[in-house]
Amino acid sequence: MTTDAVKFFFDRYGLTVGEIDKLLAAALARGGDYADLYFEYRVANSVNIEEQIIKQAAKSIVQGVGVRVVIGEKTGYAYTDEIAFDAIRRAAETASHIARTGGSKQIQGVNATPNILNLYSVEVPLSSIELSKKIELIKQADKAARAYDTRIREVQSSISDEMKYVMIATSTGRLVGDVQPLARFGISCIADDDGNLQVGRSGGGGRVGIEFFETQMPPEQLAGEAAKQAITQLEAVATPAGTMEVVLGPGWPGILLHEAVGHGLESDFNRKQTSAFCGLIGQPVASEFCTVVDDGTLPDRRGSLNIDDEGEPTSRTVLIENGILRTYMSDYLNAGLTRSSRTGNGRRQSYKHMPMPRMTNTFMLAGSDDKEDIIRTVKRGLYAVQFGGGQVDITNGEFAFSASEAYLIEDGKVTAPVKGATLRGNGPQALKHVTAVGNDLALDPGVGVCGKEGQSVPVGVGIPTIKISEMTVGGTQK
Amino acid sequence: MKSALTKEFASDIADRAVKRGATAAEVIIRQRTEFSVGVRIGEIETLKESTDCGLGLRVLMDGRQASVSGSDFSGDSVTSLIEEAVELARLTSPDDTAGLPDSDELAKTIPDLDLYDEAIETLSTEEQIEMALRAERAAQAYSDQIINFDGGGFDSTRGSLILANSLGFAGEFRSTSCSLAAVPVASENGKMQRDYWYDVRRKFSELDSPEEIGKIAAQRTLRKLGGRSVPTQAVPVVLEPLMARDLLGDIFNAVSGELIFRKASFLVGQLGEKIANSKLTVIDDGAIPGKIGSRPFDAEGLPTRRTVVIREGVLESYLLNTYTARKLKLKSTANAGRALTGAPGVEAGNLYIEPGPYSPEEIIKSVPKGLFITELLGFGVNIVTGDYSRSASGMWIENGEFAFPVQGVTIAGNLKEMLNSIEMIGNDLDFRGSVVSPTLLIGKMTIGA
Repeated sequence: MTTDAVKFFFDRYGLTVGEIDKLLAAALARGGDYADLYFEYRVANSVNIEEQIIKQAAKSIVQGVGVRVVIGEKTGYAYTDEIAFDAIRRAAETASHIARTGGSKQIQGVNATPNILNLYSVEVPLSSIELSKKIELIKQADKAARAYDTRIREVQSSISDEMKYVMIATSTGRLVGDVQPLARFGISCIADDDGNLQVGRSGGGGRVGIEFFETQMPPEQLAGEAAKQAITQLEAVATPAGTMEVVLGPGWPGILLHEAVGHGLESDFNRKQTSAFCGLIGQPVASEFCTVVDDGTLPDRRGSLNIDDEGEPTSRTVLIENGILRTYMSDYLNAGLTRSSRTGNGRRQSYKHMPMPRMTNTFMLAGSDDKEDIIRTVKRGLYAVQFGGGQVDITNGEFAFSASEAYLIEDGKVTAPVKGATLRGNGPQALKHVTAVGNDLALDPGVGVCGKEGQSVPVGVGIPTIKISEMTVGGTQK
Repeated sequence: MKSALTKEFASDIADRAVKRGATAAEVIIRQRTEFSVGVRIGEIETLKESTDCGLGLRVLMDGRQASVSGSDFSGDSVTSLIEEAVELARLTSPDDTAGLPDSDELAKTIPDLDLYDEAIETLSTEEQIEMALRAERAAQAYSDQIINFDGGGFDSTRGSLILANSLGFAGEFRSTSCSLAAVPVASENGKMQRDYWYDVRRKFSELDSPEEIGKIAAQRTLRKLGGRSVPTQAVPVVLEPLMARDLLGDIFNAVSGELIFRKASFLVGQLGEKIANSKLTVIDDGAIPGKIGSRPFDAEGLPTRRTVVIREGVLESYLLNTYTARKLKLKSTANAGRALTGAPGVEAGNLYIEPGPYSPEEIIKSVPKGLFITELLGFGVNIVTGDYSRSASGMWIENGEFAFPVQGVTIAGNLKEMLNSIEMIGNDLDFRGSVVSPTLLIGKMTIGA
């Protein structure tokens, strides 16, 4: 789709290859090692239902260009929301001030090249269908959730989609682009059993078209999951506190990997020597059962991209192999400074933001154990299947992620649901306690958002059922 | 700044939307110039400077609501935004509650809340870089154990906001802000710790000195070294102001009209009831001159004001915008906030806990055995039920004194009980941001390890 995106920007804004070269030359007029231009045009739509009323429809258009100049470890950045030669040239001049060495750096003229990857098999993008069709879907979800149980009192559902055109031009001659679809369906319900209130949430999506919600992940299914969670929580008992065995279910609980190891393996933190994983390449950081990869090349996934936001094709990177730390995730700047390879992990929230190493889809490969067998080995522990968000302090390795649906395991059997609780651990240690890995790898349904230094990007996670022999559970029951 | 973007321009767009078929319309225009410098170990790491501008339009057609936004202010673009908004609104459902505020609630005059600092306009790039470097140098000079930095820097912004609606309201104000942060890394026995300190103000002259910020950042980082766990037990916890503001953020969510009208808060139906320890008074005031959370009018054009949310433990008011107020048959508290796209939500002005009589030292001294919390991780706060569970780090208190740093524990409880057991409140309130609290002592929480 590269040519589509490049053609889009050239046609819509009347730009030429000669002008792009001039802009890159202006960015490097005071010196510097490298410059790039990031063009973005994004149309986003959303519509929501609540109280059985279609409360709002919204549409936004975001457009602009970010100019980056890199010299050693330094980056100059400027942006403009006007995609026009003069405005971009002013931004390029502003960004060029980072280089104070004088003397200009030659650029290689840009040359448009097609993308190697073609990951979005969208038949009918949500951005092109009528609003009434989307309204139908959220109404179906609303109806299904209410039908699940009479105690479901309120339902909120929304569908949002975007189509993002990006084009990246670099002083090394690269000119690539991509047209990136993204869709997300969300639902939350409140169950009310005589004043006992509980929430359930579900959602799904990816770089998919409307057909995804008609066949693979129908609104009724997501509504059923959200309603079930809310109803289940009505019976929740107090969560135990302290260290215990924890079994994570497949899919979204892979957020464990995102927090426990993912952020700590981003190469900016390792170049700066601020990560708890510094200097551990080749060392054991997990049990031998654990192989963790970051893969931006999975078709249709929320965290996947044909190219990252620096124009590099995404890739499959083995981060941890049978427990041994192998690779960090890298962008242009940090790969260059640490003399390692780029992994296609340079991402940014928008043209207003500088790229940095970010995850794509991060997951653990399947093992050989059967889920039931894993649970059977636990005498007293927690079985956690759904989570809210998580957080990590990458320097001391402390991380936490919060279960929204979890159950007690007593004598090898899953018993009562417990109140939501935060689980904590320490990055380089936590996965060493993984004693069993299931054969049931699943990826999350496609709603993840990762925040880092004020920038949000869509990501995916995944994990098979795993058993962790010790983890701290933030309950209230001693 | 774009000179053509005036109140008249905004009012004209609202009027055109009405001519096009909307029954009411509201326009917001935001312009922002940002400068930021990031430094690390004596060198500039990033330098960023830019201006951008966005337009949002919300229209109503007999209760049907839609909104659109963009950054292209050309005639054709604006015309097509208006048309798209009206078209979208035709497809949504009538919602009797949706609409602009009543005319008589709108701000008649726009007070000057002293939110703009000319000095920030004239700050040179060199001065801003030097601020960031000075903070880092101060942290580095504080101890040999400060071996690294994870960034830190100086940011400044200048912006303006224009709001106009088809009821004839048109308001505009300018504001500035600046912030400075240092993020040192310390090491001991091969184990690293990172922490930070910062300041953020509307005015450059009110910012703490870089030396002060660097020194406190270093102290905060050093005290984390050697952190260890403690056994599972129930003890008093002390929340330092930075963590107490997190708890205040949870209180904000629980009193926000958004969750109240959905009956998705543990404080639903509690107006007039005692919900917290009588020592607790929580106030929101968006009209305090010169503060970060201040603005002359809210995102729907209502004059901002002081609202007592909790008075001596009694829930006195929710925080509301027009929509949530109508849902609850109450009056808006002028807490509408919004992004460029979308209907208004509820936003705090300056939300704070009234300071108490105790110094933080006195509070710590009163604790025979407990946890002083300096960091919380995880999102285990359920506003519907009040269930609270997060991971925590801090200092162990033994006989009223810090004994050793704590890392690797969880704290859990329920917000209802936590609010009732706020037993001591510090005198150290400082408006370092828009949601702020003094030090708090909570009688008992479960520590998990």
